[in-house]
Amino acid sequence: MKDNNILVKLSNAGILKDNKWLVRGVNLEIHKGKIVTLIGPNGSGKTTTAKIALGLYKHIEGTVEKFTKKISYVPQKVIIDWTLPVRVSDFMVLTQDLKSDEISYALNLTGVEHLKNNNLRDLSGGEFQRVLLARAIAKRPELLVLDEPVQGVDYSGEVALYALIKKISETLKCGILLISHDLHVVMSATDHVVCLNGHVCCSGNPVDVAQDKNYKELFGEHSSQLLSIYEHDHNHTHSSDGNIVEAKK
Amino acid sequence: MFEDFLFRALIAGIGIALVTGPLGCFVVWRRLSFFGDTLAHSALLGVILSVTFDINISLSVFVVSSLVALLLLKLQNTTNLASDSLLGLLSHSSLAIGLVVLGFLSFIRFDIMGVLFGDILSVSVNDLLIIWIGGATILFVLWLIWKPLFAATVNYELAEAEGMNPDRINVIFTILLAALIAISIKMVGLLLITGMLIIPTATARNLSNNPKQMVIFSIIGGLLSVFIGLYTSFEINTASGPTIITVALILFILSLTNTQKKY
Repeated sequence: MKDNNILVKLSNAGILKDNKWLVRGVNLEIHKGKIVTLIGPNGSGKTTTAKIALGLYKHIEGTVEKFTKKISYVPQKVIIDWTLPVRVSDFMVLTQDLKSDEISYALNLTGVEHLKNNNLRDLSGGEFQRVLLARAIAKRPELLVLDEPVQGVDYSGEVALYALIKKISETLKCGILLISHDLHVVMSATDHVVCLNGHVCCSGNPVDVAQDKNYKELFGEHSSQLLSIYEHDHNHTHSSDGNIVEAKK
Repeated sequence: MFEDFLFRALIAGIGIALVTGPLGCFVVWRRLSFFGDTLAHSALLGVILSVTFDINISLSVFVVSSLVALLLLKLQNTTNLASDSLLGLLSHSSLAIGLVVLGFLSFIRFDIMGVLFGDILSVSVNDLLIIWIGGATILFVLWLIWKPLFAATVNYELAEAEGMNPDRINVIFTILLAALIAISIKMVGLLLITGMLIIPTATARNLSNNPKQMVIFSIIGGLLSVFIGLYTSFEINTASGPTIITVALILFILSLTNTQKKY
């Protein structure tokens, strides 16, 4: 039975490179209006998994099925060579046709409208990320793949951009695959978390994942507490040294 | 008017400069200058085949250069050898094979200097037709693939993720380069065509701040090099191809005064 809300489905996906499995056995579904977040240590296959979902690898194990063509991608790293003079306004229409006011509107959402005529190479890291995000959302994609979209953005900007991402998923009914290191944000703003370490360690809604044994092993005991800052459902208390004490049911 | 060899050379040069401008930008942006060289070197084999079997030189060069280009794309996907080594391998082996085959053909009178450096005296009305029709075709196809090609140049994976088919576009672009070499070999010669692709473009980079501007300046730089170069070569009796490239270099040096200090 086909689910109409499903955008991408990975079944037992994996990729072998130079006799090493970069990632293997990933099962993942992205639905309209939902945010799926990939977390995991460096080299755990987060970016690789995102690229598999985008269909960037030709020879994979398992299958990836895409049910949409309106896809936007924010890669982890975009390097603009000096020989290539590109203004922000040129970059905005890289893979899409946009009117001038659509460009301004999208740049305004991420707070960088004033940089419209600047050269990409003259932007700071944080400004560049905002432009990347603006370009990705400008044409109202059905699927948005964001590989560490707020790296280098200042703290207040980071909170605002995550709020924007959340809002986009709700208003555009757009499915989002997010890679992020900000566990506290991830755990509060995500519908589904997949914890990777070469394979899927654990996955589920943030509340369950935070309590998973594998998650604690990967990120340390303290990471589970991050969630509590946001959840405030007081299912536990803290002992005098700060450790979690489960609340008695 | 077409009786005058200098006039024919001028018309040919203008046609070539109109094509090398935009193609040259992509060669520079995608760091393909050595790739252009490789295709040009393989053209020697094409020239020799055309002499041996008495077929049109542009057609024969186009076929051989396209084959070498496709072979290279194939090898890049199947071997672990670095791209530049692979290019060197193809470049020099096709040059060598060309020269070895030439050794068997001692009965044919063959002007190798003309092939290497171009010969404006040899440009016929027929060649003009090939340059202008071929050039217009190249520009038309480039216009068609401009958006995906540019997107793939900025970021390959982003272009592929967003459905721009960069692999296919890459093949088309490579064939356009081979076609350019085919139409310009008589005029500019195989050792200098990469210079024509790159030097006006490098000049344009120093003067422009967006891609379209760079393409336009690159065309203007190429046209100026052709005008001044041809006139000078006629006045002081030097070889036309090398003179055009020398003028392009002088324009580049002049453009350096416009670059602000980087870092």
